[in-house]
Amino acid sequence: MGFIFFYLRKLISIIKNEVLVLPSRVVVAVFFIGLLLLPLFTEDPYLLRILTLTSIFAILAASWDLLSGFTGQMNFGHALFFGVGAYGAAMLNKFAGIPPWGTIPLGGLTAVMAGLIIGIPCLRLRGTYLALTTLAFPIILMGLVFAFPDFTGGELGISGIARLARSRVASYYIAVIVMLGLCTIMWKITDSNTGIIFHAIREDELAVRAAGINTTRYKLLAFSLSGFFAGISGGLFAHFMRIAGPSTLEVSMSFQVVIWAIFGGIATIYGPIGAVFVLFPLMEILRFWQDYRILMFACIVLLILLYMPDGLFRWLRDKVEKECPRCKIRNVAMRHTCRICTAPMD
Amino acid sequence: MALLIDIIMSGLISGSMFALLAIGFSLIFGVARIVNIAHTAFYMVAAYCIYFTTHKMGLHPIWSMMAAIVLVTLLGLISYKLFINPIREHHGAVLIATIALAMAFQEVMGLIFTGSYLSVPKLIKGYHVILGVKVFYQQLLTFGAALLILAGLWVLLMKTKLGLAVRSTAQDREVANLMGINEARVAMITMGLSVGLAAFTGAVVVPLAVLEPHMWMHPLIMMMAVVVLGGLGSLKGSFLGAYILGFAEALVVFLAPMGAFLKGSVALSIMILVLLVRPEGLFGISFEEER
Repeated sequence: MGFIFFYLRKLISIIKNEVLVLPSRVVVAVFFIGLLLLPLFTEDPYLLRILTLTSIFAILAASWDLLSGFTGQMNFGHALFFGVGAYGAAMLNKFAGIPPWGTIPLGGLTAVMAGLIIGIPCLRLRGTYLALTTLAFPIILMGLVFAFPDFTGGELGISGIARLARSRVASYYIAVIVMLGLCTIMWKITDSNTGIIFHAIREDELAVRAAGINTTRYKLLAFSLSGFFAGISGGLFAHFMRIAGPSTLEVSMSFQVVIWAIFGGIATIYGPIGAVFVLFPLMEILRFWQDYRILMFACIVLLILLYMPDGLFRWLRDKVEKECPRCKIRNVAMRHTCRICTAPMD
Repeated sequence: MALLIDIIMSGLISGSMFALLAIGFSLIFGVARIVNIAHTAFYMVAAYCIYFTTHKMGLHPIWSMMAAIVLVTLLGLISYKLFINPIREHHGAVLIATIALAMAFQEVMGLIFTGSYLSVPKLIKGYHVILGVKVFYQQLLTFGAALLILAGLWVLLMKTKLGLAVRSTAQDREVANLMGINEARVAMITMGLSVGLAAFTGAVVVPLAVLEPHMWMHPLIMMMAVVVLGGLGSLKGSFLGAYILGFAEALVVFLAPMGAFLKGSVALSIMILVLLVRPEGLFGISFEEER
């Protein structure tokens, strides 16, 4: 019994001293718990469907951030990974008969292959050249999909693949748990040594190379990691919608990812996820004005950018939290002294 | 033989169109470092503008072309001033601002003119038969006008003081500023020039094209491929790259089975092959790394 009380007290003290002191951490905790407990309160299939799709796209937006936000390899063709993951999972399911728990990771690995294939020619390119070149890859693949309709289903795509899970609640839980897990992993990666090197490559590749780090290897690593996560989200999407069509490879899909990530704030991981959770349901709400939907979406994005060019969630975080000038630890903006080193905040 | 003439005409037309678009795009990128995704959206707006003025207001096509170019240039300058200038220091934000602008234009045009396919009368009617192939005068006119404007642009950039200012700002913004060039004004003028070029492209190409709100997507991709192929910031490169990709597209469409689906893929594969050999494009100057 003593053990349990010990760990319980430890947990409570962590929650009290580490989580409750910062609004951003409280929000993240509420987000996790809220998503996991939601089906207890409502089983509205429409709401669950929206949130499942939102979770799937959140993985995609976060994986773009890992590659383009952190490593600075501007990728305009992120739909390639998504589409390859979706088509890979769908084909493995339909032609090889592998169930979803096998096809989704395998689809992710197919997307890693795609990441390596486009990563190797793109390694020599930088900045805008890279962005404009990567835009081409999903379009090339889409041309191939249309040109060989016997194998890929052409315009209609591959339909009739297995369901993600039998009930809607189960699919919801699979998508949400995978999303929370993968996003935590991505966040941990960006926090680790590798993540610091990724960040350094974005800031100054030459200096990183001068420090004796093989930047080529790290850039390829970033391409394959990002490809893997995006491929998994593609596989989830294919199994959830039960179709893998050419719409997963469209240019607008690639642009959509870029909009989500930059709207939330790049190089943060939480920014793109939050942005998807704001923008994707917003698109559904705007369905009430069907004709004006995309127009209103574009106007909202434009107006928010004018005031928060660094991204919505960075702006919000800077409003409620301040960095201590002495020990660089974040504090609630209302405090007058730092919570750790008691230095006066100005 | 007839096929050959078809291929040449189609390649020349799409090549000139890509060249005009790509040069405008690479101008504004060079001067202001703006990746303007909305560039071809302006081309689409110009095309719709001509449709509106000829069909609904009954203007003569020449006048409606003029009106379209002026109006769209104004529209470009206004949207630059309102949405892009305030956030110019944030490259990511500028990028999605232009994407959002393009989406907004597409939707507005879709709402006004509905999504259906429309067409515009030809400026001069009639055709000449060469070896059994109809070559429309409009095609020749489009090609000629494109070449004329390209030549005019070359003179403007190479022989005038404004051109010198534009080129030096593109080369090094800070030093250009130190030499007394008003960098903000040059950026504004270049934006006008670039959008004007897009509008002009729309004006000369529209009699040969089908109007629909999504018509900006394919030229956008090809334009970007041309810019990368020729090398960013190189007029000669954009010019040559445009005709290479234009002819590649035409060859695939007319010769390969399933060509219409593969035309984008083949052209983009050519671009990637060139980049593998020359990472800075055909005539690109490798920019000093900006730190």
